[in-house]
Amino acid sequence: MKNIIAKKVEQMQPSGIRAFFDLVLGMKDVISLGVGEPDFVTPWPIREAGIFSLEHGFTSYTSNKGLVKLRLSLKHFLKHKYGLEYSADEEMLITVGVSEGVDLVLRTILENGDKVIIPVPSYVSYGPVTELAGGIPVYLNTKEHDFKITPSELEKVIDKKTKAIILNYPTNPTGVSYTRRELEAINKVLLKHKVIVITDECYDELTYDFAHTAFATLSGAKENTVYLNGFSKSYAMTGWRIGWACGPKEIIAAMTKIHQYTIMCVPITSQMAACEALVSGKKAVEEMKREYIRRREFVVSELNRIGLICFMPEGAFYAFPSIKRSGMSSMEFSQALLKEQKVAVVPGTAFGASAEGYIRISYASSLENLKEALNRIEKFLKGRIK
Amino acid sequence: MDEILEILEKDGRASLEDIAKLLKKKPEDVRKSIKKYEKEGAILKYKAVINRELVKDAEAEVRALIEVNLTPQKDLGFDRVAERIYSFPEVSSCYLVSGTYDLLIIVSGKDIQTVARFIAEKLSPMEHVKGVVTHFLLKKYKEDGVILKQQEDNKRIAISY
Repeated sequence: MKNIIAKKVEQMQPSGIRAFFDLVLGMKDVISLGVGEPDFVTPWPIREAGIFSLEHGFTSYTSNKGLVKLRLSLKHFLKHKYGLEYSADEEMLITVGVSEGVDLVLRTILENGDKVIIPVPSYVSYGPVTELAGGIPVYLNTKEHDFKITPSELEKVIDKKTKAIILNYPTNPTGVSYTRRELEAINKVLLKHKVIVITDECYDELTYDFAHTAFATLSGAKENTVYLNGFSKSYAMTGWRIGWACGPKEIIAAMTKIHQYTIMCVPITSQMAACEALVSGKKAVEEMKREYIRRREFVVSELNRIGLICFMPEGAFYAFPSIKRSGMSSMEFSQALLKEQKVAVVPGTAFGASAEGYIRISYASSLENLKEALNRIEKFLKGRIK
Repeated sequence: MDEILEILEKDGRASLEDIAKLLKKKPEDVRKSIKKYEKEGAILKYKAVINRELVKDAEAEVRALIEVNLTPQKDLGFDRVAERIYSFPEVSSCYLVSGTYDLLIIVSGKDIQTVARFIAEKLSPMEHVKGVVTHFLLKKYKEDGVILKQQEDNKRIAISY
């Protein structure tokens, strides 16, 4: 099999983590706080819209960009929610989740050797997908500044080859988010150096302490930003695989070219369900959000009580406590916790080496599960904490 | 609505400590709020929702929805006669409704005969009751927001990014 797999693909595997994931999946009766998706099922009206569309024979391709009806709904939704105005015809593309959006935009804008700034710890796909597209990821370590990007640190990593930055906020895995003022400062640096901004705002509805700011609403940012978002987290629709990309029409047109050859279009059932989500999903989103806020309070206060220092995350459904007091590495801690107490968490290092000493805990889990898991973690920590 | 009530409406057994942690309040303050709601009658009672079909030794129970037509009374409307009706222990729910009849009541008893006797002997002959239409319940699917079928387990994979 030598030389069959392309080198850049062969080098992609994040080795150690895969083995840990397999360990979790092979074990029974594990309480998992390692899940990166909502524990709610898609609200019934949305599921029903998908079923209805199948019953009525909507089983064909759609326009490459996505159903006109969906793009128009989205246009109104964004206008109403953020005051963002995108043309449904030229500045919008319905994608297979944000994942496809990230891949498309990177392949669209990168020449070989172009650099992409990726603040870390980050969601796992940005680096590998950048490399696949011929780019060079430049990891910006945010750990020293409470996991936030600062304008001066940002300025330091920008050079002539810097083409873009991928901003994800609220952030997976840390739960950190940014106020409008913080984003304005970041935007100023990026505009000055003409760095294209790719934003993954898929947790936007799950921002708890202040209103979420869509990056494209910042002064001068819209023409410089590809805004990616999806239905997965806000409407508990992860398995439907649907999201959107909005941006300058040249970029969207170029992305659509790749999309039409590789994906053709997002499954029509998902598109029909997404239409319903935009129309009737608001109440369900708000209910889920209230539930997450309570769990966040619960989990963060309990983590601190049992000895894992944890800051209050501003969004998403993750807590990112430090496990340094245990004297173990993230991986050792996660493996031992799994084996001894059957609680699964994700080692921080899964999201970049810079997150050594942290674990990601997802509170997208019932209160009952959270309580039991925290009891077990408390037992696990007995005698281990220094 | 106060989130304390929202939590209790879903889980009447939620502990003071848990509610306090969820809402970032002191347990003592939560206790005070709950006491206040109980005193005012906003919280009426706490009970378990039981699926009798799954209880082996549950006594058989027959339920009927009954549409009741009334003659309103001067100055009192329907309230006086409604009170006479809902005071019977057999009546588990009683609503004044718009439409072709006036009261919708839910009556339960151990068998059809018991319910029929209540209708024939207590309800129908009552003064101001003009007529009744009875619907016996055949199967319960959902009650007060609770689906009576065991929900399938969550199918999420145990770990993901």
